[in-house]
Amino acid sequence: MKVSITVNGAAYERDVEPRVLLAYFLREDLGLTGTHVGCDTSSCGCCVVLIDGERAVKSCNMFAVMADGHEITTIEGMKAAGKLHPMQQAFTDQHGLQCGYCTPGMMATAIAFLKHNPDPTEAQIRDALSGNMCRCTGYNNIVKAVQQAAAELSAPPSEPPAPEPAVAS
Amino acid sequence: MSTTEAPANGRHSMGKPMKRKEDARFIAGKGRYIDDIVLPNMLYLAIVHSDYPHARIAKIDKTAALATPGVLAVITADDLAGVGLAWIPTFHGYDKQMVLAVGKVLYQYQEVAAVIATSRAAAADGVELVEIEYEQLTPVVDPFVAKTDATLVREDRENKTNHIYHWEVGKRAETDAALAASDVKIKERVYFQRCHPAPLEPCGCVADMNPATGTLTLYMTSQAPHAHRTVVSLVTGIPEDKIHVIAPDIGGGFGNKVPVYAGYVCSAVASIVTGHPVKWIETRTENLTTTGFARDYHMDVEIGATKDGKVTALKVTTTADHGAFDAAADPTKYPAGMFGICTGSYDFPIAFTELDAYFTNKAPGGIAYRCSFRVTEASYAIERGMDLLARELGQDPAEVRLKNFVRKDQFPYASPLGFVYDSGDYHMTLRKALDKIGYQELRKEQAEKRARGELMGIGISTFTEVVGAGPSKHFDIMGIKMFDSAEIRIHPTGSGIVRAGTKSQGQGHETTWAQIVAEELGLDPQNLLVEEGDTDTAPYGLGTYASRSTPVAGAALAMAARRVREKARNIAAHVLEAPLADVEWVDYKFQVKGVPSKTVTMKEIAFAAYTNPGPNEPGLEATYYYDPPNLTFPYGAYIAVVEVDKETGETTVRRFLAIDDCGTVINPMIVEGQIHGGLTEGFAIAFMQEIAYDSEGNNLQPNFTEYLIPTSLETPNWETDSTCTPSPHHPIGAKGVGESPNVGSPAAFVNAVMDALSPLGIKSIDMPLTRAKVWGAIQDATKA
Repeated sequence: MKVSITVNGAAYERDVEPRVLLAYFLREDLGLTGTHVGCDTSSCGCCVVLIDGERAVKSCNMFAVMADGHEITTIEGMKAAGKLHPMQQAFTDQHGLQCGYCTPGMMATAIAFLKHNPDPTEAQIRDALSGNMCRCTGYNNIVKAVQQAAAELSAPPSEPPAPEPAVAS
Repeated sequence: MSTTEAPANGRHSMGKPMKRKEDARFIAGKGRYIDDIVLPNMLYLAIVHSDYPHARIAKIDKTAALATPGVLAVITADDLAGVGLAWIPTFHGYDKQMVLAVGKVLYQYQEVAAVIATSRAAAADGVELVEIEYEQLTPVVDPFVAKTDATLVREDRENKTNHIYHWEVGKRAETDAALAASDVKIKERVYFQRCHPAPLEPCGCVADMNPATGTLTLYMTSQAPHAHRTVVSLVTGIPEDKIHVIAPDIGGGFGNKVPVYAGYVCSAVASIVTGHPVKWIETRTENLTTTGFARDYHMDVEIGATKDGKVTALKVTTTADHGAFDAAADPTKYPAGMFGICTGSYDFPIAFTELDAYFTNKAPGGIAYRCSFRVTEASYAIERGMDLLARELGQDPAEVRLKNFVRKDQFPYASPLGFVYDSGDYHMTLRKALDKIGYQELRKEQAEKRARGELMGIGISTFTEVVGAGPSKHFDIMGIKMFDSAEIRIHPTGSGIVRAGTKSQGQGHETTWAQIVAEELGLDPQNLLVEEGDTDTAPYGLGTYASRSTPVAGAALAMAARRVREKARNIAAHVLEAPLADVEWVDYKFQVKGVPSKTVTMKEIAFAAYTNPGPNEPGLEATYYYDPPNLTFPYGAYIAVVEVDKETGETTVRRFLAIDDCGTVINPMIVEGQIHGGLTEGFAIAFMQEIAYDSEGNNLQPNFTEYLIPTSLETPNWETDSTCTPSPHHPIGAKGVGESPNVGSPAAFVNAVMDALSPLGIKSIDMPLTRAKVWGAIQDATKA
């Protein structure tokens, strides 16, 4: 089937088998291997990506053809203007990852959650991440990372730095 | 301050919460895990599994599968027999295991055939169409039934029995006599259930035989790449220089990625035969049902004590369920691993432990799941036992522990079961935990709640681990000594590359190994690249499991760095124009004795090593193979506070405090992270997880909807702290930590729940303490 899917801002026209899962379309057709697969039952959340910028979906639980006409954001598309997304920065600052396998899906879920709830309580964060498993961190530091990112994202934008005065040589 | 200069105080690089160097690629989605590797003209392999736990294979019909578009071949045990690979040795070499089922299947989901196809989907299609006719046999699912030998699991073995081996250590007669003479005795059977490490990334490989060079490259999820290279060479006859094992980024291991699995072997064979690269990636169900499980020990714990609570003797008698093959991951001379640590932190005058292992129609395993070879089972037995003793004595479990701890002045302490504990101060650590959690106030609160009929419990676990296998005089795997290695090369501009025989699976070696070397050399850890997992470049080592990386390879790194430093000192003498005897290493710089103004940094010496070495050997590199003189003995004091809902049986973990003593800490941020993770796995085992089989031999937890992984929602908020008792024999005093929380915490949780249920007279419930099980016990107790 022919599909048009925008991934990380780039438009793709592809002919895909109807049974191909979005996760494998991203990984194998587009080579975006930052999206991981960890189970067969849509339980682990390693494959979570953003659809249309604000909804987190398990890409192993969706056929690629269902993404026709939609915009997908994967971990590879989270950096903006060469700068890490505040969530990416927060995960490394707070030691919110160890083996890194759950990390892309965990961050995608957290980013979508903060769009709907920019100032969450710890309990709300824990509830929001409950579809994403992590075997390494025990979640304490993941929760702290989401709190750091929430603070960063809701802070008023800082003044843009004044342009450097041109120096005559 | 530049890190190449001496710090004003304290240490240069170690002991600091340096952010992880490996994070940069992981947070950007640029890690490279096994399934991310794609080679030109790659084929895919998928496995056909048995529906039955015990059955003869009457017929395998490949016709329909071979007619499937994209399917190239279907291989069975007969095909593997043609190349001598129908069977391979198990981990420690005592048994052999089928790669694909030979004649009969011995457990449900056993690998029976492998389909090779041009795509992942075609291989999966082919699997559906391999038709197998079975003749069912009676399965043996209980080791106590296996004992009777009424049904034989392993007809292939010379000894027609399900009994695998008997192992014992200690003094049987004296222990029995001491138990008989004790004022107070407890005896209880505790079961540490079969569970599974379940790393989020399943196992997999890409096998790539280059027909032109005859080199077999194996990209694989391997915690022990060199050991796997040697095994592949021994088993296939391919010279070891023609085997290149590469372990890429690994998405968690926890012991699951130590053994050799059917998928690896079949992929290698398929690549050799076809000349194409072949990829095999496990499904989650395959991971949970066929790869290395852990525990499955039924332990009878007996403790004797005087009236005032001083322990007199310990006896532990274990029945072990090993499944269909004796594939337990243990050092060759230790069939029950480190189970002899079961005297724990306590000064038992005498002890004895014995174990009998049996074959059953269940998946093989018995791996060291976030655990140094059965130390988790042993710790659970003793820590449950000490609580049962306290209850029998009517004394506080903290008091009974304090009364019986090995004292600080007894170290090095020779335990009655043969270990020499290196260091510890158990009293200090437990007292710190009791103070920090407010133990006396909690006991007061508990008394008030009990008066109101509420169920609150406090559980303690003061475990001692034994890790860092190990000294070559005792520890080997199939003859290969369990040393580890490091190689350091310093480049002219003062950066460098560090390689080790270990393999991180999330532990953060790229950061901590750099910190160790930077500390020894006064260089910037940011500019020390750490590389592991490639057998063509890393020095030979036995890999990362059983908390051995820091105790063994961490020591090798420090020693290799000291070799580099000594070479550098010679060059420094030339540069400083001073006699060698006058050149000292002071504040992370070389200095002429008594002349603080005459110094030279390691960075400067690195440049001189390539530009002006004088009469010395040019260059600046060293390799060190470290054979540890002893094991290390990390320990901890854990306290859990729980509330149990009488009406539903639901347990809420209100607080959990872990005080760990792992000796010298390399990176406190990473240590804390490992403790959080290990506690979460311990919590899962205590309350949620079991690979159980029904009486027909069906695996009841074949996926994540049945085998529960705790999420952020149910996981408690962990409280941690530490004490520091360095290992006296380790070059930097470190002991290892990654497994302590998984070893020590299950008993703390269970002790807490049993403490909560004690007013109802409930003494023991086996893990996992699910709502249903606890509710049932409450119903039984209140009805009676």
